[in-house]
Amino acid sequence: MTTRLLPWLFVLVMAVGPLWLGDQYILYVLTSTGIFIIGAMSLNLLLGYTGQLSLGHIAFFGIGAYTSALLSLGFDLDLGGAEPFVLGPQPVWVAFLGGILVAALFGFLIGKLAFRVRGAYFVIVTISFAQVMRMVALNWVDLTEGPMALNNIPPLSVWLPWDGVIPLYRKEYNYLLVLAVAVVCFLVIQRLVQSRVGRALVALRENESLARSVGIDVTRYLVVATVIAAGMAGAAGGLYTHYIRIVDPDVFMFIYTVTMVIMVVTGGKGTLAGPIVGGLAFGVLPEVLREVARPEVQWIIYGVAMIVVVFFLPQGIVPAVKNWFAGRRKRVAATALGLRKETSA
Amino acid sequence: MEAHLQHLLNAVVLGGTYALLGIGLTLIFGIMRVVNFTHGELYTFGAYMAYMLAGMMGLNFFMSLAMAALLGMALGALIEFTLLRPLKGADIDTTMLVMIGAGIAMQAGEQLVWGGVAKSVPSPFPTEPVVIGSVSVGMNRLFVLGVALLLLGGFYLLINRTKLGVAMRATFQDPDTAALMGVNRGLMYTLTFALGSGLAATAGALLGPIFVVTPTMGDLVALKAFAIVILGGLGNIPGATIGGFVLALAEEFGAGYLSSGYRDAMGFLLIIAVLIVRPQGLFAMKERIG
Repeated sequence: MTTRLLPWLFVLVMAVGPLWLGDQYILYVLTSTGIFIIGAMSLNLLLGYTGQLSLGHIAFFGIGAYTSALLSLGFDLDLGGAEPFVLGPQPVWVAFLGGILVAALFGFLIGKLAFRVRGAYFVIVTISFAQVMRMVALNWVDLTEGPMALNNIPPLSVWLPWDGVIPLYRKEYNYLLVLAVAVVCFLVIQRLVQSRVGRALVALRENESLARSVGIDVTRYLVVATVIAAGMAGAAGGLYTHYIRIVDPDVFMFIYTVTMVIMVVTGGKGTLAGPIVGGLAFGVLPEVLREVARPEVQWIIYGVAMIVVVFFLPQGIVPAVKNWFAGRRKRVAATALGLRKETSA
Repeated sequence: MEAHLQHLLNAVVLGGTYALLGIGLTLIFGIMRVVNFTHGELYTFGAYMAYMLAGMMGLNFFMSLAMAALLGMALGALIEFTLLRPLKGADIDTTMLVMIGAGIAMQAGEQLVWGGVAKSVPSPFPTEPVVIGSVSVGMNRLFVLGVALLLLGGFYLLINRTKLGVAMRATFQDPDTAALMGVNRGLMYTLTFALGSGLAATAGALLGPIFVVTPTMGDLVALKAFAIVILGGLGNIPGATIGGFVLALAEEFGAGYLSSGYRDAMGFLLIIAVLIVRPQGLFAMKERIG
């Protein structure tokens, strides 16, 4: 009973707490952290549940961000015909959904391509994909404005009973929106990993040949997982672009993928709560460090933290805490039965 | 025609350094099964060492180059000893994460020590280019190519003709059997990592006078080294050499005839093309890792 209610209590605290504090800076930090946590959750689907270390995940985030921004701003595309293809500005929510769809489509294509290989090859292919995306964003100036960035992206809007349809300029609303999307993503992932698909993914993570031999269509399931993960990362990108309201090619930088990987690994890959715990830790850590350390030192701490986590908490925080509690319960039970002395003797 | 020749010459010069980078990375992967994310930082480290020794201390450039190579090897050995050795037996993803963390810390460290402002290494060569028929090339670039070819040659002799090379190849083929035959496996790992790191540092020091030195100069280079290694097949040393030249050719001709903006994307487009046509790499060996 309590374990069922606990997540909802957490959501309630996260929804009410920051608003109650009312600090704009805290809201800003939590909103950007929340966006990254959505990205980390989607990455966890691949990294944690299928065991594939995809280091190009930021590409889907960036594709979602760019697509959503372009659709909401409108664009014209010279495809070599007599008339350029012109698309006027679309409603923001249409743009947002468009971003998710295009990101998912790329997930499908890249999944089909990259899952021809495994291990180190897969890692390098996914990195390359993100890098190509960055080059395209930099060089396709007609469409993306290149390094000049896309500016004045409209914020998302929402219908409120007391205000009607309003654009979300205020940090409070953006924060709640990010939280809502995060909850939806969490529920989708939860349903997915507890379903047949999730069991198939874990089976192929543990032993791919065995999974194949019992009739699991490995590539199909991997592609399905990638499509869903890519769509969610695209949603995070859309939230980001309409919140920050500017997007430039640096959104595709490798370091952002690494940030998501650190979040997943620190929290515990292959656990539902892992990306949230790791994401909160690594989303808030830079803000705390900012007060005491120069940016370079911050990054050094980041890098060292990653090494330390892999060395000392290889499973991540969530499984470690679970194990500790399980161990404690056993010890408590043992003491109650008077077995403690015998075992220690 | 002249344009073709000029592009070809540029590609050969560029390919030499690419091959150095690729060989170091593929060697480390082949023998240690480690995807080395610090490779680009060792390249940067080499360039900064050349800057420190030749630029700040006023040492002879050639001396500085040799010392940068040695310091790169020492740093590589240190990384292997402190980070990889305790992880012996860990899976490839784990070591990859550790190397990514180390790479981030190293890059930030470079930024901390030398600042973000680009530095330049003084070149000992005259600036006017050497003109051969209809094409021209800078002396400094010719020197880079010369050193790269020399190192490539030396490396082949080391791998194929020395006892150390035999031990390394044995470890590559079967670490357990090699250990049973009396090969000191730990020493082989340290040496391999040091050697690969030294090659990367040398490449950085060589290119220091040609490009400017910045903390992030290794990012793109590391990704290109990955591309080269994929082209040749991971762990395949001749493959990485050819891969280096193939990538240089693709970049030169791609930039010259298609679009210079996509120059740095060529490697990745090549990888994707290779994956579609020949997922095992262009010069695949019998096994496919993964």
